Amino acid sequence: MVFLVSAMIYPCVSQTLRKGSGNGLKSSGYLRKAFVASLPVMAGYVFLGIAYGIAMQARGFRTGWSVLISIVVYGGSLQFAMIDPMATLMPFLTFALLCLLIQARHLFYGLTMLEPYNRAGIYKPYLIFALSDETYSLVCNGAPQGVSAEKWFAAVSGFDQLWWVTGTVLGAVLGSVIPMQWLTGIDFSMTALFIVIMTEQTMDAVKMWKVGNCTLTDVLFAPLIGFLGTLGSLLLAGKESFLLFAMAIILVGFFVRYRTEERGKAA
Amino acid sequence: MTAGNMLIYVLIASLTTFFVRVLPFLVFQGGRPVPHFVSWTGKNLPRAAMAMLVVYCLKDVQFTALPSWLPAILASLVTVVLHVRYRKMVLSICGGTAVYMALLHIL
Repeated sequence: MVFLVSAMIYPCVSQTLRKGSGNGLKSSGYLRKAFVASLPVMAGYVFLGIAYGIAMQARGFRTGWSVLISIVVYGGSLQFAMIDPMATLMPFLTFALLCLLIQARHLFYGLTMLEPYNRAGIYKPYLIFALSDETYSLVCNGAPQGVSAEKWFAAVSGFDQLWWVTGTVLGAVLGSVIPMQWLTGIDFSMTALFIVIMTEQTMDAVKMWKVGNCTLTDVLFAPLIGFLGTLGSLLLAGKESFLLFAMAIILVGFFVRYRTEERGKAA
Repeated sequence: MTAGNMLIYVLIASLTTFFVRVLPFLVFQGGRPVPHFVSWTGKNLPRAAMAMLVVYCLKDVQFTALPSWLPAILASLVTVVLHVRYRKMVLSICGGTAVYMALLHIL
């Protein structure tokens, strides 16, 4: 964790140092471009960060914890999803598996960024650490012309995380000022976040289906096994341990589906 | 809960997240091809994981008590409709949450 924090702070510090060392015009060029590029993320991250800070406060976690988590974990959906497990003392192993499952999509962001990030030198550790959904959406098409790519990547990643941490601090402060009874139900923002991501994913999948890039089964399989597998596990295993069962069902289902699909192609 | 427990949770979340983000860079050094099952799973798993999380979030809803299930179901629907219609993340989340909080207050 200490490594992560230092890996994160280093690029910011070195950027500031460079800026002050007579190279002002060039560095402010990439910084300004990165800042402008990060503005759409700012709106979303500050708001979600506020919702996160408030949700943590409403669950009884102090400001310091919210901010620490936004700095060293830095993954929106996991940070929301881990509030309840932390409060209810989920077993560590289940918790680790839950983290891996929620974050699994990040594997594929890395796959896109292999080449540019491998050339990013000193910035590489932080760039990998800070490759969140939103940052990925900004960097996946490459850096703009005329700026140092690795510096632009680093600055975009740094700004994005800055917006996230800023939102978290604001939310934590707001959450400690606003009377708790006004906040009843605020935790639905986390449910809404997942519903929105799921809607977004489904709309993309439906678009793929409409242009004939995949079958209807491809569109429905993943959300259905996620939904029914989890619901079934909840009914059978109860609230304490159902996630573990749900994850197992999803993975087994995926494996079976993959094998059937491959066999279908071979035939 | 103790601070020690919390630190362990934070450490696990931090390390697993970094692990997942760094893994492609460790495995595919030197341009090794990505196995098909890996890219297939990566393409499809996020949608299953989000459906799982939605159910997880709604696990405390009691379907025998109207003041419990009605706000959850209605607010979820509002979130989906807002998102399909306007496709603005902040609007959909704000709208859904506002409906949920208002309904909890009324019922």
